[in-house]
Amino acid sequence: MKIILILIPLLPFLGFLILGLGFSSIPRKATSYIGAGTILISFILSLFIFLNFHNSAISPPHYLATSLPQYFATSPPHYLFSWISIGQLQIPFSFLIDPLSLLMMLMVTGVSFIIHVYSIGYMKDDPGYNRFFSYMNLFVFFMLLLVMGANYPIMFIGWEGVGLCSYLLIGFWFKNHDYNNAAKKAFIMNRIGDLGFLLGMFLIFTTFNSLDFREIFARAKLMEPGNPILITITLLLFMGAVGKSAQIPLYTWLPDAMAGPTPVSALIHAATMVTAGVYMIARSNILYVLSPLTMEIMGVTALATALFAASIAVLQNDIKKILAYSTISQLGYMFLGLSAGAFTGAMFHLTTHAFFKALLFLAAGSVIHALGGAQDIRKMGGLRSRLPKTYWTFLIATIAIAGIPPLSGFFSKDEILLHLFEHNVTWWILAFAGSALTAFYMFRLLYLTFFRNFRGSDQQKHHLHESPAVMTIPLIILAVLAALGGLLNIPAVFGGGSWLTGFLAPVFADAVALSVPPATVSHATEWLLMATTLTGCLVMVFWAWRRYVKQAKGLLPDDAKRSLVVQLVSKKYYIDELYDFLFVKPALWLSRFLHQVVELRFIDRIVNGVGQVVVWTGNTVRYVQTGNVGFYMFIMILGIILILFFNILI
Amino acid sequence: MTNLTTIPIHYYLIFCSVLFSIGVFGVLIKRNVLVILMSIELMINSINLLLAAFSTYTNDPAGQIFVFFIMVVAAAEVAIGLAIVVLIYRTTHSIDINILNKLKW
Repeated sequence: MKIILILIPLLPFLGFLILGLGFSSIPRKATSYIGAGTILISFILSLFIFLNFHNSAISPPHYLATSLPQYFATSPPHYLFSWISIGQLQIPFSFLIDPLSLLMMLMVTGVSFIIHVYSIGYMKDDPGYNRFFSYMNLFVFFMLLLVMGANYPIMFIGWEGVGLCSYLLIGFWFKNHDYNNAAKKAFIMNRIGDLGFLLGMFLIFTTFNSLDFREIFARAKLMEPGNPILITITLLLFMGAVGKSAQIPLYTWLPDAMAGPTPVSALIHAATMVTAGVYMIARSNILYVLSPLTMEIMGVTALATALFAASIAVLQNDIKKILAYSTISQLGYMFLGLSAGAFTGAMFHLTTHAFFKALLFLAAGSVIHALGGAQDIRKMGGLRSRLPKTYWTFLIATIAIAGIPPLSGFFSKDEILLHLFEHNVTWWILAFAGSALTAFYMFRLLYLTFFRNFRGSDQQKHHLHESPAVMTIPLIILAVLAALGGLLNIPAVFGGGSWLTGFLAPVFADAVALSVPPATVSHATEWLLMATTLTGCLVMVFWAWRRYVKQAKGLLPDDAKRSLVVQLVSKKYYIDELYDFLFVKPALWLSRFLHQVVELRFIDRIVNGVGQVVVWTGNTVRYVQTGNVGFYMFIMILGIILILFFNILI
Repeated sequence: MTNLTTIPIHYYLIFCSVLFSIGVFGVLIKRNVLVILMSIELMINSINLLLAAFSTYTNDPAGQIFVFFIMVVAAAEVAIGLAIVVLIYRTTHSIDINILNKLKW
């Protein structure tokens, strides 16, 4: 069992080492097999552990009967070796395998494998083929560490590692300067969040004298709700999540991260890495339940992000940027779920989002591939007949994300919305508006890309082709997952068994016990809520159809004259410009000041001064070397006499 | 041995200091390389004498052994020194150190 657990993250790492060290000497075919094969084996092993786990003594009905400490007592973290051991500080390298990490492991390895297979086709002609796969494998390794770690430091290794891989892959085409800047932006903004994570970790250690998840939570649940230390810890950890999961105010790196190859956007910037923040908070659920203030702040941030990003997505014209803003918005929904105490709902949405957003990105990649690199949706259109498989899979994903039953997004989003309604009706209204916006911008994207006539150049039109099977089969698999993902957690109102809720229950048992149970709504209200959201979405879908298909609007060039509000939104509220003005410009100014004044005028002068003094002294003193032997002798003897004289003196 | 110890040690000290000082002054004052070399020998030998004297007074033969070693080294040094002087004389036709001042700043 343990060896399998070690192998799951180790295999992608070995893949990375082989591909990374062998570099271009490994033939492409072997690279594909190593790159995708290691992930496939990891997935199979994860599946094996999942089934093993599922069939063992702790099967779903049993979960509800056991509380978290009992469960943890029966399933200790899998100790591998002692990692850090300094006096009181004992940090073992161990993995915690529980329903939450199992769900993430399956999702990460499964989606990664599909995307790796897709990449074989997408990256076929790229000169950096081996490099790409080695980075991707490294990413999967770090992501698995992140979700499997049994304490915060191991999670942090994974956390930093995925950030590194994100940086490497955003700047994958490093000859383009803009892409490098995007990579740097992502790295630096993540670093701001990581600072919060680190500080939170330090505070956890000083408070609980441990960094192990089990021990911390066991001690934390005895604490008073609203304890200021807990609030500080949770706020700091949330800061880390804000950076990694691209929430306001640190979200601007994610749209720029679209500079990377499309499979990277699908894997790292949609399905897995950006959801690490959600996972981390779901993992620390007890701490958060005991900090109502943090939950409020998180809720406001998440709601603002969800609406803000959705409104930006409505007026974007780059196919990948729209999806990026949509990802930010959906992450906002996940955090919104967390803040309402719907941990299962957030994890459920995380999973379904991984399916449909990965699918959207891969399908978008297929479109970009067919158009030879073009990403502007105003120059697309009419691709429905030319790229039928891409169209159908994209359509399924769009319906799923828009929240139209019976596809997966409906169930997961509905669960979050339901909890919100129980929690706070105003928030529900705003979240509902956001989900309607989601439906609108996603269908706008769909209509502009696949409907009406082709608007690109003749050369592109001639070149149009459906992607090869190696790319379309992953699309179809993901489409099936995106369509059926909702089956994981069908609520009782549809007569479902809420399997995921039961499966994850032991992880969230204490949190549920500690939080004040919200007033549960009747099934009739649930039906009403669903009907409302569904109607809202369908109206938006129809409006988008009327506007972009029937009236053929939305093709204005960038410099067209628009009303003030539209201009503001389409320029992304000038947030990038604002950050540029507030942070980048002052930082550059400060750097320039330090360079031109401090460095050039002071430090350089001191250093040069030392050199000049030495040169001057040498020039002056060299005349002592007269060449007269008698003089040398005289000086020598004088010296000896002086030394003797001083010896006597002292 | 006995008649040696009848002379008090400070006689040897004064005598050797005078001899050494003569050597030092010879080195400082003289311009002829040969005389300078001889002055150096004088200094070395004053030290030798002092070593021998002290070794007798303290009944430790090690000092006299040292003297032999110093003599050997001095002989070697003089051999090399004189060879250099001969070469200098052949090239410059002079052994005046005030003329040999080409090696300077």
